[in-house]
Amino acid sequence: MVLNFNQRSPFTFLMCLICTVSLGYGANVNVILEPTATSPSKLPPLSPMEETDPDPVETTQAVFTLDYPRIQIPFEITLWVLLASFAKIGFHVYHKITVWVPESCLLISIGLIVGGIMHSLHEKPPAVLTSNVFFLYMLPPIVLDSGYFMPTRPLFENFGTVLWFAVVGTLWNSIGIGISLFAICQIEAFGVQDITLQENLLFASIISAVEPVAVLTVFEDISIHEQLYIVVFGECLFNDAVTVVLYNLFNHVAALEVVEAGEVFLDIGRFFVVGLGGMIFGVLFGFVAAFTTRFTGKVREIEPLIIFLYSYLAYLIAELLAISSIMAIVICALTMKYYVEENVSQRSCTTIRHVIKMFGSVSETLIFFFLGVVTITTEHQWNWGYILFTLLFALLWRGLGILVLTQIINPFRTIPFNFKDQFCLAYGGLRGAVSFALAFTLPDSIGCKKLFITGTIVIIIFTVFIQGITLRPLLKLINVRKTNRNQETINSEIHKRLMEHTVAGIEDLCGQWSHYYWKDKFMKFNNRIIRKILIRDNRPESSIVALYKKLELQNAMEILDQMPGDISAAPSLISLHKERKNASKSRKKLLSSDVTNMHELLSKNMYKIRQRTVSYTNKHSLPNDITAREILMRRHTSLRRSLRAGSFHGTNASKMSHNYFSLPMGRSLNTGFPPGRLVHTGDGDTESEIDYPSIRRPRRVSSKAAMPLRPLNTLKEVASSVDTVDEQNEEQRGYRRSHLGSNVSRSGHLTSHLHHGSSRNYSEGDHDFEEQQSRLSPHAWVQEPQDNSDVQHPLMRRPHWLPQTPHDK
Amino acid sequence: MQFACACSARQMLYECNRNHRKIEQQTRRLGYWWRITVVMGSFQSLPDDHQYQTLSKNTGFSLEQIAILHNRFKQLSQNEETLRRDDLKTIQDLESNPIRSQIIEAFFDSRNFQNDGVGSVEEIGFEEFLTVMSYFRAPPQHITEEQREKIRRSKLRFLFNMHDTDNDGTITLEEYRHVVEELLSRSGALGRETAKGIADAAMLEVASISVGPMAPDDFYEGITFEHFLKILNGVEIETNMHIRFLNMDATVLCK
Repeated sequence: MVLNFNQRSPFTFLMCLICTVSLGYGANVNVILEPTATSPSKLPPLSPMEETDPDPVETTQAVFTLDYPRIQIPFEITLWVLLASFAKIGFHVYHKITVWVPESCLLISIGLIVGGIMHSLHEKPPAVLTSNVFFLYMLPPIVLDSGYFMPTRPLFENFGTVLWFAVVGTLWNSIGIGISLFAICQIEAFGVQDITLQENLLFASIISAVEPVAVLTVFEDISIHEQLYIVVFGECLFNDAVTVVLYNLFNHVAALEVVEAGEVFLDIGRFFVVGLGGMIFGVLFGFVAAFTTRFTGKVREIEPLIIFLYSYLAYLIAELLAISSIMAIVICALTMKYYVEENVSQRSCTTIRHVIKMFGSVSETLIFFFLGVVTITTEHQWNWGYILFTLLFALLWRGLGILVLTQIINPFRTIPFNFKDQFCLAYGGLRGAVSFALAFTLPDSIGCKKLFITGTIVIIIFTVFIQGITLRPLLKLINVRKTNRNQETINSEIHKRLMEHTVAGIEDLCGQWSHYYWKDKFMKFNNRIIRKILIRDNRPESSIVALYKKLELQNAMEILDQMPGDISAAPSLISLHKERKNASKSRKKLLSSDVTNMHELLSKNMYKIRQRTVSYTNKHSLPNDITAREILMRRHTSLRRSLRAGSFHGTNASKMSHNYFSLPMGRSLNTGFPPGRLVHTGDGDTESEIDYPSIRRPRRVSSKAAMPLRPLNTLKEVASSVDTVDEQNEEQRGYRRSHLGSNVSRSGHLTSHLHHGSSRNYSEGDHDFEEQQSRLSPHAWVQEPQDNSDVQHPLMRRPHWLPQTPHDK
Repeated sequence: MQFACACSARQMLYECNRNHRKIEQQTRRLGYWWRITVVMGSFQSLPDDHQYQTLSKNTGFSLEQIAILHNRFKQLSQNEETLRRDDLKTIQDLESNPIRSQIIEAFFDSRNFQNDGVGSVEEIGFEEFLTVMSYFRAPPQHITEEQREKIRRSKLRFLFNMHDTDNDGTITLEEYRHVVEELLSRSGALGRETAKGIADAAMLEVASISVGPMAPDDFYEGITFEHFLKILNGVEIETNMHIRFLNMDATVLCK
């Protein structure tokens, strides 16, 4: 964004002041900044350093010089971004504001305030978002952000509806508003007869781009049902593309003096070429990007770059060929995301996500902020009639469009939209950053550019403030269908898959097809061919497995969180969440100041992962558990291995299964270990430093009280060595295998010890149990403890794991 | 869609279908559009017999849908009155379905026929076929909460029966494992081990959700239907267990 301050300004000074003061720098910074506030080109610099310079002649070498013009542009850009970021930080300090007032409102308000200050200082509006800057630098991050974080699976399940609303809906709005405004223009009382039909259509296409951020945040908070969410998200995304195409088209038409019929048809044809061309380019670049990341295994540091380069390249080339660049970048992001995230390392994946979020967010923040500033400082051309009617028509046509379009699409939907959903869709049509930027970058040849800008600003402010703020209470009031997105249990995942397969099967059976049929076909094709080409380490993975891994990791993390409890006593990781209560009970017994201290330390060092995964990403924030997962993933392998190794080996089958289902662990721990025995034996731990999972080596069970001491050490060390864990995983694997034997022998001793109590009461019920066991596939039970190849378990073999596979969404 | 009497044309088509199955399979892709044209041209008849009316009342399908499904039924059963397992096993598209056997079995499970029967049968008539299909009907748009709950229950019951192969009213660990294994059987590299682990974890989850913390010596023997309802409480059955039954005959389009 080029904020081209041609005059040195008090405003710059003000901004510097704001920034420096908030940064808490000292007065010395201000001293340096002072000269920038005045005009360095006219006045001699006032810096004390230079005043001491006796001879300010240019030819001699100055001790201290200021070359402000040289750094001016990047400097000012940085300050603007910084200011916008401070604003963002500010909102979230007091969290309740952002719950009730959308962030875009706040940004505009801040912009209004800044604009007000500038206006009172008779400062010119910071010129200008030029068309080029907007289209080449500000728009790509915004759309890349939406494209990359689009939940793929629901999108394709509702693809028809999304496209229907995005394409036909936008056309409907543009043409409807355009023509009705043109009709209004014919009324003499308003005095705007000079606006032609083409210009009206252009204006209408600008204000029919809806903006999702505020709406999606609200939808997410009240966890609205998936169909509505994805339709709004997808509509906003693709509607940007349609709007930009329409905008260029009408821009082109508006420049013509006479419009011929043939021209119009040509333009309609172009519309499709532009859209489809963008899609094709997107897919192409997406695949190439994915293919490239196949080979980046050795150069992890440039992995994220590949993604950005290809996306941007897709955008630029589409722009070059005058096809829809938004379509290209969005489709490119959608296509490559799935494959790329499997290829790149976990760290690169996180980087990619963060950077995309960051750029998108900054871009949008700046536009909103700028909107606020411009609203105050620019000259407006106010025409009550035209602007009020614009507002009216914008709302009216949106509402009508949704009503009519849902009536048409409903018969084709499995779950039709009811009246409440339609209301949400219509009311959620806020206008936003893209509309404003489009209006602002209108060419000057348009006669009533100022009126259009004013109209657009009015509509944006009206929709963002009034609709944005009232949306949440209204949705709560009308009580739309909600979905329970927190149900991320293995069972529900299994059953979702089961239902999917059943439905697909039944459809095959009655000889119909629908999206399940095509989905099946695509998945087959995907698994057989595409994945083989694009993915380095091709292991097809079902979403059940992904979820299973995730839950397992969560459990593992919780165990680590409850370090003072009885981790290593657990028979297996998966049964541990049952044990949590027991664990906390026993922790109470162990309470001492030491333990609590250690626990506090631990929980500070440890990432919390109790929050469930957010299945949709908020547009302005990443899923918050990514960091936690990252750590988790690295520990996952070794942690789980040691747990299993420690608990499974050496126990006999019947005990195993018994423990497993009846979970006697808590009891045996409470009863079987009198506090007196829980004394740290003080054996020196000579294991290697990197071998942090050794804390779960079963021998520790006997010295449970000592647990907090040990884990602390290892954890500290883990925190520092986190970066290298990826690499270490490989070594550890070998290392671990060599130590497996010793683990087994120790654990054998321990587990038998552990089950001592329980197996004794248990002997009476032995008969019963044998029966039960025989019902429960006895051979399976027997196999499990013998399974020394646990280490080679497919779940454990992968060093990194994708937090969000597309399935998972 | 309009319906005019062209019974004989349809009959011919099916004769053709049956006799030239082999040829058709080869020329399926090529003959595709031709056949669409044929079907579009041969309008279907409104059934004049009362049988369809009663079926429609019992299952909730519209008459056109029943006519289409009846065609399909006849096509699958080679124009016989009853359908056998082998007939269903020949469906090509079903072959790639990991839970194919469960789906087929569900059609021969008399618990799904809504007449309080138990056990599986060897062959089913059209009525049973339709009854099983009716589990996947979308509910009418305006229904009370009670009705919705009832529909939900029946859909879940269907799923439950798919799990519970031995009719004892509980899903045992073994049964559950079997299903999970089948589900994962197509994902290649993942072995039975994983499936087992997942089933175990899932089972344990059910236990913790439905029974709560268990005493040391408790044994969780299996998922009852009540527990099953409980664990799938948050899952949207409405979106997942629906098929939009077509009013237009598409049988020839995708066999």
